Amino acid sequence: MSEKVLMKGNEAIAEAAILAGCHHYFGYPITPQTEVAAYMAKRMPKIGGTFLQAESEVSAINMVIGVASTGKRVMTSSSSPGVSLKAEGISYLAGCDLPAVVVNVQRGGPGLGGIQPSQSDYFQSVKGGGHGDYHNIVLAPASVQEMASLTFKAFDLADKYSMVSMILADGTMGQMMEPVSLDAGEVNTYEKPWALTGTNCERKHNIVNSLYLKPEALDQKNFERYEKYKTIEENEVMYEEYLMDDAEICVVSFGITARVAKNAINEARAKGVKVGMIRPITLWPFPKKVLNEAADKCKAFISVEMSMGQMIEDIELAIRCKKPVYLCNRVGGMIPTPEEVLAKIDEVNENGGAF
Amino acid sequence: MSKSCKLLFAGFGGQGILFAGKFLAYKGLIEDKQVSWLPSYGPEMRGGTANCSVIISDEPIGSPIVDAPDVLIAMNLPSLEKYENAVVSGGKIFIDSTLIDKKVERTDVDVYYIPATQMAYDNNIKTLANMIITGKVLKEVEDFSLDNIDAALKKVVSARKIELLGVNETAIKSGYDYEG
Amino acid sequence: MSVVFEKPKSLTDAVLHYCPGCTHGIIHRLVAEVIDELGIEGKTIGVAPVGCAVMAYDYFTCDFVQAAHGRAPAVATGVKRSDPSKIVFTYQGDGDLAAIGTAETVHSAARRENITVIFVNNAIYGMTGGQMAPTTLPGQVTQTSPYGRDVETVGYPVKVCELLSNVDGAAYVERVAVNNVKNVKNAKKAIKKAFQNQIEGKGFSLIEVVSTCPTNWGMTPEKALEWVDEKMIPYYPLGVYKDIYAEEEAK
Repeated sequence: MSEKVLMKGNEAIAEAAILAGCHHYFGYPITPQTEVAAYMAKRMPKIGGTFLQAESEVSAINMVIGVASTGKRVMTSSSSPGVSLKAEGISYLAGCDLPAVVVNVQRGGPGLGGIQPSQSDYFQSVKGGGHGDYHNIVLAPASVQEMASLTFKAFDLADKYSMVSMILADGTMGQMMEPVSLDAGEVNTYEKPWALTGTNCERKHNIVNSLYLKPEALDQKNFERYEKYKTIEENEVMYEEYLMDDAEICVVSFGITARVAKNAINEARAKGVKVGMIRPITLWPFPKKVLNEAADKCKAFISVEMSMGQMIEDIELAIRCKKPVYLCNRVGGMIPTPEEVLAKIDEVNENGGAF
Repeated sequence: MSKSCKLLFAGFGGQGILFAGKFLAYKGLIEDKQVSWLPSYGPEMRGGTANCSVIISDEPIGSPIVDAPDVLIAMNLPSLEKYENAVVSGGKIFIDSTLIDKKVERTDVDVYYIPATQMAYDNNIKTLANMIITGKVLKEVEDFSLDNIDAALKKVVSARKIELLGVNETAIKSGYDYEG
Repeated sequence: MSVVFEKPKSLTDAVLHYCPGCTHGIIHRLVAEVIDELGIEGKTIGVAPVGCAVMAYDYFTCDFVQAAHGRAPAVATGVKRSDPSKIVFTYQGDGDLAAIGTAETVHSAARRENITVIFVNNAIYGMTGGQMAPTTLPGQVTQTSPYGRDVETVGYPVKVCELLSNVDGAAYVERVAVNNVKNVKNAKKAIKKAFQNQIEGKGFSLIEVVSTCPTNWGMTPEKALEWVDEKMIPYYPLGVYKDIYAEEEAK
């Protein structure tokens, strides 16, 4: 375990990426993720890597496609409006089955929105975001340590499944400092026989492509890709359970709001309210199974999120609407306070989970 | 019983608000505490308002956001007016009395008035009012001390400005020794 | 029996899907001949556009990546930055390069990205069936300018070489045509130089090839070639627009 240092979440992502073997980064300034680019600008020249500030987020994600097609690890980062611009490229990465890591340090929207923390890109992240049928692996860190460790994980999963891994953070996670240990552990390497490395006149040319003019071929390709997604849903779900053993109310929350919720849960527990939390760490694949099991024991769920109610739909689907799911939310850059979450817990508790 | 201290540093951009918070967070880290540091952020503007939440705790930290500080360090009037009533009952408020004329009306908190900016001028360390007031915080807040200030300063003073280690230490100590 | 004419090694056996009389075939061949002559087939990576040449990846024997509309220079930037020892080229049409991809074009030139861009200008969107392009001539009739391009309402064509001649980072910019033997020979010379520049690390080179689209222009292939001389070249004069190394030598 390496020595703990205090780092901003954005910087932790950048350094973790480098330690994971990512020597190519393409970015564009946007609050509140700019520290990632600034950190890369400083570090990449020192390790012989590439930092390039592109002319737009659109170009940055396409530069990512270029590097990814050669088989090397590559990353880009942005915040909500910039990620919308990258959506086209992310769809192409999915269509080409290319591995890459995309970081979204979310801010309020829609439109130019605001610059304060938000989680309202949930749908965009977990449902695809760009055109066509596809998924990204979506990882939601709730501490600076996880900003680093989930970045290591993101690169590994991207290569393992040849697809985009997204770190879905928010302005708080990006800006805050906490102690972090930067230990990448063993970095796995994966064979990439499809990579564009030049034929050296020794093999048939490799083609990285998402165009299938024959519908039968595109149909088949999509079914194959969804078989891969099924494997991921079976093997790669990550979540944290907090005080769930005897919980009657299950809070579901990720990222910064999960930490706020923890404070509220502790206060509720002190009053004797049996409440716990399931914190999804992978938002896709979503921890459906554990939630569905919880639905057999709990009387109600509370989704705490900084959106107008996006994750709540996935909770309802996961538990097949067996129990009521209530929403506790703030948006636009406002973060729910522990008191607000506690009030919701009390309200649900007093009504026995049935309104 | 586990202990946790939630601090809110607030003032103008350029007063070293974030730096002082980072110093305390690093001091906590060195002392094997759980720590978090969360800055306000906004459109980049020198002279705008700045604040940061610092939590130093024996237990893992839940929310890093300090809405109800145990300790408020106010380095300008708008900050005092904004956060005075957020401080928990029994909490402490540290005020740079060179820049803030107003007196705290609450009686359920301990208030310390330190002419930090004036002291900084007098000692020819005029950019270090932040560390003078931080010195006073180290003196008055339970479980805080002058231990490890050297090591913590080395983590937060950039290598390019290594010559500033000494004056930072002087500033902290002069605040610590200030009896107002 | 002696072989007097054969297909360049760098072209596959795939049958080109281009319309009869389209000059994409000639330009593909020129690029392939140059790759053969420079002996770079094994280390060349191509970037295909969106447009008529989208399936270029099937026609060249080198590795290929297909880019989103207009993004080929950005993708090429990534490929080249990943391994600067590779020879990287894009092959783009006018809609791709001069409309939706204008930013990528200008900024890859400004960065003096060490890549080669083959820009095929036939003044129309061919693949989608003949709509107005950024390079459609004033008065030219297309599906989306059915009364002729009216510069009062839709503005003027974009002259890419002239534009890039003012971009400091661009190293070599030349406009050529392939409508007669002499022009084809010049075009090949220019394309070769554009690849040679990259091999020598000289930076961003773009060759604009004034081309035809008999199908969507509504002309016979022969008439289309004449139209290049009569209409296209007067608006898009051939020649070298920028060559910083020649400029340096001249000093």
